[in-house]
Amino acid sequence: MRDYEKYIRYRTFPTPWCPGCGDGVILKSIAMAFAELKLDPDDIIVIAGIGCSGRMPTYFNTNTLHTTHGRALTFATGIKLAKPEKLVVVVSGDGDATAIGGNHLIHAARRNIGIKMILINNGIYGMTGGQVSPLTPPKFFTETTPYGNIEPHFRIRMLLSAAEASFVARETVNRLAQLKQVIKKSFLHKGFSVVEVMSNCHVNLGRRNKMKSPLVMTEYIKDITMSMADFEKLSPEEQESKYPLGIFVENTQRPEYTDLYYNQIVPAAQQADAKGGK
Amino acid sequence: MSQRKVLQGNIIIAKAALAAGCDFFAGYPITPSSEIAQYMSKEMPKMEKAFIQMEDEIASLGACIGASLAGKKALTATSGPGFSLMQEHLGFAVMAEVPVVIVNVMRGGPSTGMPTKPSQADMMQTRWGTHGDHPIIAVYPAFSDEIFSETVRAFNLAEKYWNPVIILLDEVLAKAHMDVEIPEPGSYEVYWEKTHEISDLNIYDRNIGENPPRIDFFHSYPIHIDSLEHDAHGWPSFDAKTVDKMQKLRMEKIFYNLDDIIKYKEYFLDDAEVLVFSFGISARSALAAVKMAREQGIKAGLFQALTVWPFPRAALQERFKKTKKVLTVELNMGQMKYEIERIAPPDVKKQTLLRANGLPFSPGEVLETIKEFVK
Repeated sequence: MRDYEKYIRYRTFPTPWCPGCGDGVILKSIAMAFAELKLDPDDIIVIAGIGCSGRMPTYFNTNTLHTTHGRALTFATGIKLAKPEKLVVVVSGDGDATAIGGNHLIHAARRNIGIKMILINNGIYGMTGGQVSPLTPPKFFTETTPYGNIEPHFRIRMLLSAAEASFVARETVNRLAQLKQVIKKSFLHKGFSVVEVMSNCHVNLGRRNKMKSPLVMTEYIKDITMSMADFEKLSPEEQESKYPLGIFVENTQRPEYTDLYYNQIVPAAQQADAKGGK
Repeated sequence: MSQRKVLQGNIIIAKAALAAGCDFFAGYPITPSSEIAQYMSKEMPKMEKAFIQMEDEIASLGACIGASLAGKKALTATSGPGFSLMQEHLGFAVMAEVPVVIVNVMRGGPSTGMPTKPSQADMMQTRWGTHGDHPIIAVYPAFSDEIFSETVRAFNLAEKYWNPVIILLDEVLAKAHMDVEIPEPGSYEVYWEKTHEISDLNIYDRNIGENPPRIDFFHSYPIHIDSLEHDAHGWPSFDAKTVDKMQKLRMEKIFYNLDDIIKYKEYFLDDAEVLVFSFGISARSALAAVKMAREQGIKAGLFQALTVWPFPRAALQERFKKTKKVLTVELNMGQMKYEIERIAPPDVKKQTLLRANGLPFSPGEVLETIKEFVK
């Protein structure tokens, strides 16, 4: 048994994911990050919403919670505030995190509450059969954009930066070593962190856009992603359809929410009470 | 020593919640319940308890459920529009069997309705608001002392039966300052069951009708909690036999324990010709009306439901053996009257006093209806 395997709940296998799905790579990367940090499985909780990503917690041999669509961050906020010393990980898909759960995403970033979010971006609603999501690229064909997608997609990096997120990174399922490294780094970050992972849904996005095999689709992800240095060399028009990789924001100065609450608000309130003031 | 105080209804709820051991509050401002959150934001940090204002009511109940699963006694407070948003997570708490207490200070509806006017129009939403078959417990205090005792009881019931419990309160009582007796700590029951020794193999494993044990995260063994239908391990399962058992486990834990859950008060009912059925602010007017009727020689009595869900069916049916007239008084267009119609035998005459224009009934109005009814 490899050391990361103690974080995998094999008895709940098989997973519901299609063969070749990127979710398996992400599951393994997260487990490897747990193993490298030598965490006690009972000190971890993995939470997810609904969708293909929503099924991921079931397969971690840690505390796990499968919640409602888009709301994993709200449960996570309650758990983190109740038990600030625990590692609270949220796994969310692009529809889950940026459509139905978009409000919770920006507020978790604004609060800088120490939740570790892994945002799996496959650009589609996979579980429901392939409908357009807020991260589907323009012109792509989906079950609900049969004539091509006319909506622009969110740029997670900029959306979260505007919401004052203190850790924002992007990686792809093609780069397991880098992915594990970035996830590990986000786990060590004190405030709210988001690692966006570009993943392949060849079945529900690729199939309708001439990329029906996992290899073709991961090749496509390789083509549209690049280092920040390479990305900055592109013209604004060229940048439109490309995705830089790496850690974009890492602000260790911003105080974490539960830290502020228990170490500043609570003592201040107790002091005010002792003085009999308001 | 108990203390007599003059307090607003909302503040009585907040104080009672803290007395019941509430150590987590998440909420979103809404008239007419905001004072509960305001009081908690001031008092909870002093006690090293957690308070957070969330981005909406969906998030508020989500955070409460998360905290409850992490071993806290959680409370949120809202009104109609917020209660509508909470239905999603109310269903989660039922499905995953999570203790949590929700205050719904009812206001005029539908939609934004009348934020500063009372109504009793969320009775059926409380029972059936979230989708799917589900058990629910709802308590509904009417008098100031009951607001304290029913709030404590709501926490106890939530912990005991691993189910969401709703406290309904009238807008007028939430805002009114009332004379109230705050009992001495230790003089009332505060239920707190320590987490059982569990493993991920048996978290929902029990016999039908049995109370579930409290199950928290971070207790010796990693567990899985799911919003999907699940088996005794908590793992997703759509196996018909398993689902059948889980549905029964959730429903029957309530129906095997009705004697413990259902609470009501009866006034002048032993020889009553007319039974007035009411709750909340309407029951206060009805009690005054019944007393006035008695002074005029009319044999009227009041059945005041403190537990509105599950419905106090058996106790009412016992009364209908002798009392053959029932008057339902409620501040809505007719909701609980259907429960009465459902359970009262055909030989019982049914009358209603209904209104949903934001004005509570006066005792005189209830008295007039009683007099009409007994003619």
